[in-house]
Amino acid sequence: MNDYFVYTDKMTVGYDGKPLIRDIEIRLKRGQILTLIGPNGAGKSTILKSITKQLSLIGGAVYLDRELMHHMSGKEVAKKLAVVMTGRMHTELMTCEDIVSTGRYPYTGRLGILSDTDRQKVYSAMELVHALELKDKDFTAISDGQRQRVLLARAICQEPEVIVLDEPTSFLDIRHKLELLGILKNMVLEKNLAVIMSLHELDLAQKISDIVVCVHGDTIERFGTPEEIFTNEYIHTLYGMTSGSYNADFGCLEMARPQGEPQIFVIGGNGRGIPVYRKLQRQGIPFAAGVLHENDVDYAVAKFLACRVITEQSFEPIGEDALQEAKKVLAQCQKVVCCVKTFAAMNKKNEELLEEAQKRGLEVFFT
Amino acid sequence: MEKRSNGRYCVAFAVLAVLLMLFTVWNINAGSVELSVKEILDIIFCRTGEETAINIVWEIRMPRILAVIILGGALSVSGFLLQTFFGNPIAGPFVLGISSGAKLIVSFVMIYLLEKSMVAGSGVLILAAFAGSMISMGFVLLISKQVKSMSILVISGIMIGYICSAVTDFVITFADDSNIVNLHNWSMGSFSGMSWENVKIMSVVILVTLVLTFLMSKPISAYQLGEAYAQNMGVNIRLFRIALILLSSILSACVTAFAGPISFVGIAVPHLAKNLLATSKPILVIPACFLGGAVFCLGCDLIARTVFAPTELSISSVTAVFGAPVVIYIMIRRQRQV
Repeated sequence: MNDYFVYTDKMTVGYDGKPLIRDIEIRLKRGQILTLIGPNGAGKSTILKSITKQLSLIGGAVYLDRELMHHMSGKEVAKKLAVVMTGRMHTELMTCEDIVSTGRYPYTGRLGILSDTDRQKVYSAMELVHALELKDKDFTAISDGQRQRVLLARAICQEPEVIVLDEPTSFLDIRHKLELLGILKNMVLEKNLAVIMSLHELDLAQKISDIVVCVHGDTIERFGTPEEIFTNEYIHTLYGMTSGSYNADFGCLEMARPQGEPQIFVIGGNGRGIPVYRKLQRQGIPFAAGVLHENDVDYAVAKFLACRVITEQSFEPIGEDALQEAKKVLAQCQKVVCCVKTFAAMNKKNEELLEEAQKRGLEVFFT
Repeated sequence: MEKRSNGRYCVAFAVLAVLLMLFTVWNINAGSVELSVKEILDIIFCRTGEETAINIVWEIRMPRILAVIILGGALSVSGFLLQTFFGNPIAGPFVLGISSGAKLIVSFVMIYLLEKSMVAGSGVLILAAFAGSMISMGFVLLISKQVKSMSILVISGIMIGYICSAVTDFVITFADDSNIVNLHNWSMGSFSGMSWENVKIMSVVILVTLVLTFLMSKPISAYQLGEAYAQNMGVNIRLFRIALILLSSILSACVTAFAGPISFVGIAVPHLAKNLLATSKPILVIPACFLGGAVFCLGCDLIARTVFAPTELSISSVTAVFGAPVVIYIMIRRQRQV
């Protein structure tokens, strides 16, 4: 356990003495990003509030740098742990510089007057998040993305070793999401910080996190690397998804596939099938896709959208079995869309499939 | 930037100081007995002049002016503390019913003591007002736990204020004593009849409270970002909240004990002070609130005293005329922001 910078031992959290999530074991080293994911209302914020001492624990303990956090004074904790909370702040007549300056709180004297060093740290924190030009702007007059960056700068100039962020990307558009998380990642690497945060965006969580913690029901259902967590099946169960699916290869979401017998056969491969699959899905037309190699990018989408997918093993030329199966499915379809321009050694049999379609007098479209 | 805003702070404080002096001199000068500036200077610095004039200046006008300065300042600082506490720009001792709670208990105590033919001393009045403030504050806190909406909180406070005022009026109406006239004046809010004794006690209590408040400007600045951030910066939230409640209650209780409930100063002045300074840094706003409150109340008292002389207006009527529009302006501006 001594390697871990943040460590919880059978932590149980909840409100008013009522346990909400039990036996939470979080382990985090410096230089790592830990992300909490899970459905809305699962208690991600509750866990973060408990780690930051805003809520008292119902059971167990939190260790920060090997010290029991509940034995540390508010000021000691403040020098090691900084927060960026969710929700909008209502400030009045405070410039961004004023906001960031509050991060120096644990280091200033009785009246909180900043020294030149403090001010220098405020500026360099703002520079780090590319917000220095905002310093004289009123905090209520800037955009959500800028506001999040300013709050991050506030946390940075508190010179913590751990930063806790509650859904830092919630109100941001994609550009600002990426900017913010990029800054965060750089900081973690440069300053060897530990970061604990909650995220709604699974795609980003998968890409930025070193450790992912899944909050579901009254427990931490899983704890592991993104590779262990982000699988189609598990994300499906974690969020109790009833429609559509999670595509682990791309880290994106897919809408539900059109139901019914396939009406259109799409001959795909080499990524050229994807736009056609998506179009058919949008129009709600059930379709079959084939013959696709299992390592073809088309396959990664077709398996979520097509009602039938005829596949061949990776790196093998399409074989007779697959062709026969495809012909059988093709026979039930009214139309064929051929997205493939070139037929070569590996997909020779798809050319035969196309000829079969023309022979049967099916309507064939080329893209 | 740093230099520019420092300049602004200096100008703001200079303006307040000049206004304070101006209104002080004006207040000494104005009244049923007109005195020239030379006469006043002689009276104040050499104590020479006509016997009655000396008496008027030293025994009536000076204590009254000092009381107005101290109490007006205290009232605005109290308002600033309550606004910080509730995160609500239109919170103040008057609208939250805290002044009226103090008024209720003070009038009980006064009447009780009058019936035993005793006159309540300053200390007793302050204690009674503090008890009343805490009772009202208790109700407001209970309500604020239930509702998060700032307007509902303020409406509840106003209702508490009405209930307390109604009970006070009831008690005053049925109490029989010649002193009741004074009591009635006081219950409407008035700075009249301040003695040096009163001034001594209020200045000790209020100055100590103000120094403590000023020393809290650092945690207050953290609390302006919200409880979560303040807590993360190492502020002991429980202690801080208790301290804020106690300090603001002592300040407003003191005001009510001596001058009765005074409306709107607690909301309008902090708002004006913040806008004058163009910042809400407590370390600057607290002193500016005090000076601003003093100036505001001196001005209002001058009007109350002189406009319909010899009849004196209740101070609340005057402060309401100037304070209420500010409150309406704040509400409209906030509505636009949301």
